[in-house]
Amino acid sequence: MKYTLAVLVENKPGVLTHISGLISRRAFNIESIAAGYTEEPDMTRITIEVEADDEYELEQVVNQLSKLIDVIKIIDLTGQDRIHRELALIKVKASPKNRAEVINIVEIFRAHIVDVNKETMIIEITGEDTKIEAICELLKDYGIVEIVRTGRIAICRGPRPAKNV
Amino acid sequence: MGKPRGQMYFASDPEISWEDVENLSSTTYNGAKVLLELLTEEGVEVIFGYPGGSLLTLYDALLDSPIRHVLPRHEQTAVHAADGYARASGKVGVCMATSGPGAANMVTGIANAYMDSIPLVILTGQVPTHLLGTDSFQEVDITGMTMPITKHSYLVKDAKEIPRIVKEAFYIASTGRPGPVLIDLPKDVLAAEVQNSNPPKLCLKSYKFFSKGNPGQIEEAAKALAQSKKPIVYAGGGVITSQASAVLKELVEKTNIPVVTTLMGIGSIPTNSPNFLGMVGMHGTITANLAVNDCDLLIAVGVRFDDRVTSGLKHRFATKAKVVHIDIDPAEIGKVVKSHIPIVGDARLVLEELVEKVVPPETEKWWEQLLNWKKQYPLCYEPDGHLNPQMILEAMGTYSDGDSIVVTDVGQHQMWAAQFYPVLNKRKFITSAGLGTMGFGLPAAIGAQIAKPKSLVWLVTGDGSFQMSIQELATTVQYQLPIKIVLMNNGVLGMVRQLQKMFYNERFNQIQLYSNPDFMKVADAYGIKGIKVESPEQVNEALKKAIEIPNPVLIDCRISPDEIVLPMLPPGKAITDILGGNE
Repeated sequence: MKYTLAVLVENKPGVLTHISGLISRRAFNIESIAAGYTEEPDMTRITIEVEADDEYELEQVVNQLSKLIDVIKIIDLTGQDRIHRELALIKVKASPKNRAEVINIVEIFRAHIVDVNKETMIIEITGEDTKIEAICELLKDYGIVEIVRTGRIAICRGPRPAKNV
Repeated sequence: MGKPRGQMYFASDPEISWEDVENLSSTTYNGAKVLLELLTEEGVEVIFGYPGGSLLTLYDALLDSPIRHVLPRHEQTAVHAADGYARASGKVGVCMATSGPGAANMVTGIANAYMDSIPLVILTGQVPTHLLGTDSFQEVDITGMTMPITKHSYLVKDAKEIPRIVKEAFYIASTGRPGPVLIDLPKDVLAAEVQNSNPPKLCLKSYKFFSKGNPGQIEEAAKALAQSKKPIVYAGGGVITSQASAVLKELVEKTNIPVVTTLMGIGSIPTNSPNFLGMVGMHGTITANLAVNDCDLLIAVGVRFDDRVTSGLKHRFATKAKVVHIDIDPAEIGKVVKSHIPIVGDARLVLEELVEKVVPPETEKWWEQLLNWKKQYPLCYEPDGHLNPQMILEAMGTYSDGDSIVVTDVGQHQMWAAQFYPVLNKRKFITSAGLGTMGFGLPAAIGAQIAKPKSLVWLVTGDGSFQMSIQELATTVQYQLPIKIVLMNNGVLGMVRQLQKMFYNERFNQIQLYSNPDFMKVADAYGIKGIKVESPEQVNEALKKAIEIPNPVLIDCRISPDEIVLPMLPPGKAITDILGGNE
């Protein structure tokens, strides 16, 4: 099963390597990892999706991660009422002839076109990973040149921040 | 060429040459001096180190510091020496080495300390900051290399950071579950001028550990113990680290509970205590293993259910028992064996509360059973007229007292020592348990003797292990450390031979140590006394003589390569498959 963890860490060099290294050393598979600054200047939030057999196994990885000196807090967002998003930039083949068709797809998915040239265009799309996969499926027919994805980030609904949970 | 003296300049300036850095360093109040002042403040009395290019400034500053420097003959042994020092004294061990190969040589030593949760602060030299990441001369990414084997590490980029980092490093190394902390010090950072070295207040908001256990859980454990019919304590290194031996004794006296220990836990209860059933696990006593298998309450204190104890069969370990697991590291709870009553906290504080609350259980029948096993399966060997290693260890015990320390290397001799040498006190049995590092013994004995100059320090080693650190004989001579080295010399790598004999149909391979030196001549070459022991009758005289000599002594005991360690619970096998029972 896939689990989503929000890992709050001190914004220090090497902390991301430390975390990813520990997870892989304990033989867990990272599906995606996304890190960025937060509302506090010295805190970074890392959203990790890991594959684990069960909650017991997940607990082991959380316990090990919690031991890292620079880890402030780990919150398991799996199963919580949360919103998760991912951003993808997709470079797709679009000649003047079929450009309108592609634009049509982009509109249906409420995505944006952020660049265009004679042969290709770049589409920016945010949403859950299923949405991104769906648009990719449709764009495949035109020829996808390149895809870049940020990895999933997640936040809980309600007034309380994760750090206070 | 170098700039004239007296002019202001910064050591991190890429224009500056190494020569300038060195000229600057001896005159100014620099990073190295700040570092040594802070180490003194932390109570550091000795550093085990090996110099080199990137540490020149530090070694220069060391000349004016009250801290003693000990020079082992290898960077790996410098770490083992600091490790032995920490184990014998309970203090943080400090060691250092230069950048590149110096730092890389320390890796095994660091891993060894990490596995056994030994508090160390390791200082490594590093190339100047402007050369970092350029594959410059003697550069390795030591913080990267040691990431999985340190509790924490720092790469110091600015000398102003030194005070905070040193304070944090000692705090992290010595608190919670202890472990090694590495500080990587670029050459220019050590040489950089520092204005103000007032250490800031310790602020580690993300580092926390529990000391007191949850009172409700302790209450539960006390209740379980009171109701139990076959309770047992399974004590490990955590009991020694948290200084819980005294309270463990109280618990034993109050409840008459039997105790088994891990290899790391040896000495947490005197091995001659009537409640001690022996070491548990692969080469533990049959009684200890049967007792753990049959108990209805397992109080695990400061242990991690290592596969040498559980035989790698976590689902078949102590299956009839309710498990109380007391450990300061929450990640150990449930890592291997599920516990029914987990208590995260300091072993001493938790046991103190437990002792207060507990009502002694009815254990008469249990003891009847245990004593029967003890009688049926004593730890024994057959004196066959040859020089048996077990008898040497027993004899050593008769010359020891509560202050004597025995340090072991790794292999058969280590297990014989764990089985037959009587350990009367905590911090008196020093061994590489988790990592099983051959070559650990001699340098660790050096560290232990430096920590406890008045104690009798034995080193039990084998001819394989000994030759991995044999150069340290020079260190014992240089610092006049009267270590008594008992070399179990059988001309083979005994433990590997035993495994090949028992599980690989005696297809022996690469276990014969052909061309071993004449160890008497080796002793002679280093200027220490050598005594050869070839028969049982020579043992007592040799040991007596060794103790009388106020210098290091090498006792070369010629034992048979056919000696094996029994009992033996093969990995992956259950207690019923134990080898070497008397039946």
